[in-house]
Amino acid sequence: MDGAGGGSVVGEMTGELGGPGGVRLRPPRHPVDPRARRWWTTRALLPVAPPVVVLAVLAALIAPARTWLLVALVVVVVCGAVYTVVMPRWRYRFHRWEATDDAVYAAEGWVFQQWRIAPMSRIQTVDSERGPLARAFGLAAVTVTTASSAGAIKIVGLDADTATDLAHRLTAATEATPGDAT
Amino acid sequence: MTADPADPADPADPADAAEAVPATEDGWQRLDPRNRLVAAVFLAGPPIAVGLIWLVGRALVPSGLMWTLASLGVTGMVIGGVTLVEWFTVRYRVTDERLQVRSGFLVRNHRSIPRDRIRSVDVSASPLHRLFRLATVKIGTGQHVGSGTEELKLDGVAPAEADRLRAVLLYRSAPAASGTATGATAASGVRGDAPIARLDWAWLRYAPLTVSALLAVFGALGVLYKPLDALGLGPQDIVRLGVVRGAVGEFNAVPLWMSIAVAVLVVLVVAVLGSLLIFVLTWWGFRLDDEGATLRTRRGLLTTRSVTLEKRRLRGVEIAEPLLLRAGGGARVNAVAVGLKSGNDGKSDSDANTRALLPPAPRAEAHRVATRVLGEDPTAAVALRRHPRRALRRRINRAAGVALAVAVILAVLAVFWIPAWSVACALVLFPLLLPFSFDAYRSLGHGVTGEYLVTRYGTGMRTTVGLRRDGVIGWKITRSPFQRRAGLVTLVATTAANDGAYRVRDVEPAAALGFAEESVPGLLVPFLAHDS
Repeated sequence: MDGAGGGSVVGEMTGELGGPGGVRLRPPRHPVDPRARRWWTTRALLPVAPPVVVLAVLAALIAPARTWLLVALVVVVVCGAVYTVVMPRWRYRFHRWEATDDAVYAAEGWVFQQWRIAPMSRIQTVDSERGPLARAFGLAAVTVTTASSAGAIKIVGLDADTATDLAHRLTAATEATPGDAT
Repeated sequence: MTADPADPADPADPADAAEAVPATEDGWQRLDPRNRLVAAVFLAGPPIAVGLIWLVGRALVPSGLMWTLASLGVTGMVIGGVTLVEWFTVRYRVTDERLQVRSGFLVRNHRSIPRDRIRSVDVSASPLHRLFRLATVKIGTGQHVGSGTEELKLDGVAPAEADRLRAVLLYRSAPAASGTATGATAASGVRGDAPIARLDWAWLRYAPLTVSALLAVFGALGVLYKPLDALGLGPQDIVRLGVVRGAVGEFNAVPLWMSIAVAVLVVLVVAVLGSLLIFVLTWWGFRLDDEGATLRTRRGLLTTRSVTLEKRRLRGVEIAEPLLLRAGGGARVNAVAVGLKSGNDGKSDSDANTRALLPPAPRAEAHRVATRVLGEDPTAAVALRRHPRRALRRRINRAAGVALAVAVILAVLAVFWIPAWSVACALVLFPLLLPFSFDAYRSLGHGVTGEYLVTRYGTGMRTTVGLRRDGVIGWKITRSPFQRRAGLVTLVATTAANDGAYRVRDVEPAAALGFAEESVPGLLVPFLAHDS
């Protein structure tokens, strides 16, 4: 590949966008909470663990099909392990956020990546939420909704207090702006 | 319940009908009294009809058909029941600030929306409604609640009352629940000018070129199949009919290539006739009017529709060119406006065409309408920047990917069922798809002109969007693993209008950032870094 505009490896991992010698989009200032890695790991295990257990039990019980079940088990274990190990690390390096007086800026994703920017004047609602699993890790998410139906900006993996502060700050800033943000 | 007012003396006189709308205390109004007539027809009609058929033709009508008729009858009676309940329970009121609607029988439902949030008023009348001189008013706010758009619907008001609501709710001038005379005048307050556009029957030639029309034809055939089946006329029975059997006999006698040619010809003729019919039904009497602060489209042969749209909610236009229509030199124009639902979430024609500002028409006409609507035509004025050649490579890879996937599927099938040579078909597929890759690449373009940003993409449906720069309410940049390897990104302008997002596909990161900065100066600046 010619790699023009692809950015350095470091840039790719930390969410910087743009090649050397030109204008670049720097990554947002703040990383998410380090506990997010364990949260993502747990979430990755949820879909991976049940098939592993089922396949292992079946392999133990059904002798005639054991070879094939073990092959399937190995495939699931290897793929699941790679996913469980790689995804949280990539995400932690890439997920970052920042809120200035004028805009909210967030980067998210791992294989498919995205950067989101919404001006403060166009924000309609701000919610902070804590799912049961996130709560167990002391984490919370902040959802910033604009009038676009294309989806809200969701900053996940924040420390619960940070999330509350951020939500309050954004709400105050949004209320200070007149108009219906369309 | 209040005493029923007298039925309008002469249903043919709209003024009379409007005055018959009973206004209760505090300006609360009910639906039109003629809803009781509709309810009566629906409640009494099916039992009588089904009963008669059962009494008279029990021996002749197959029991399957009888059950189908009975279930249709029950559906009709449910509609009648709902209409009756709505007539008894629905009350609405327009106050200085809000539109309030009360409804519900056991569960009372009270909805109230601020009038300054109302963005579009859509008046439609189904053939049945037109028979009883009624109309349905849909009031759109453009607020997203859950996955859909918040919408209030008043089902069954007099046409004059619908016009009054339209005028009152959109112009905010007439006082609430005033006499209908002022409302009616305001509604017909088209500024004396000729309409921006009206249907030219020469455009009928574009009807067969719209794929959606063709799909609709085959959808209709699919719907027809069920009643025919219920009549005991399955495909095998039709084959048994004398005439058809004769034809089939002839069919078997001629060579294969001729049978295929005839079959293709029949399908084509049916599709063309069907698309013409759908065009006529949909676009009959189409006109687009400039009413000062609003734009209004009117159309429809059986079901009439009128969509009114505030100009200050307009964020741009979309020139849509489906492949065949583009080849025929035609285009459609859609509004990009806050409060209009996207064309994709509604399957029926009525939803899909809500945003339409022009039926399929010559491209020059499309650009003329865009100019009249926006005051300028960004989609024509812009000098589109081309995208890097790597975007072309991505499209070629995609064609190769599709061909490869088909080859793999055919190869798996070939192991068990189909002859091995069919795998070779997949190899033919790649060169067939290549022109589309090149066309998709040629379609790509973006640029900024005046108050608008423009992006163009697509091959099956080439779309050129002119979006007001101040209508951009955020940016999203996305990158897939393939794009990362190619050094490309997709820039998405999010907006409150329509689908909520317009994409500039496969540009270099620096170009994406430059374009975003040019479109909405200042927003990105704090997050940019420059190499020294």
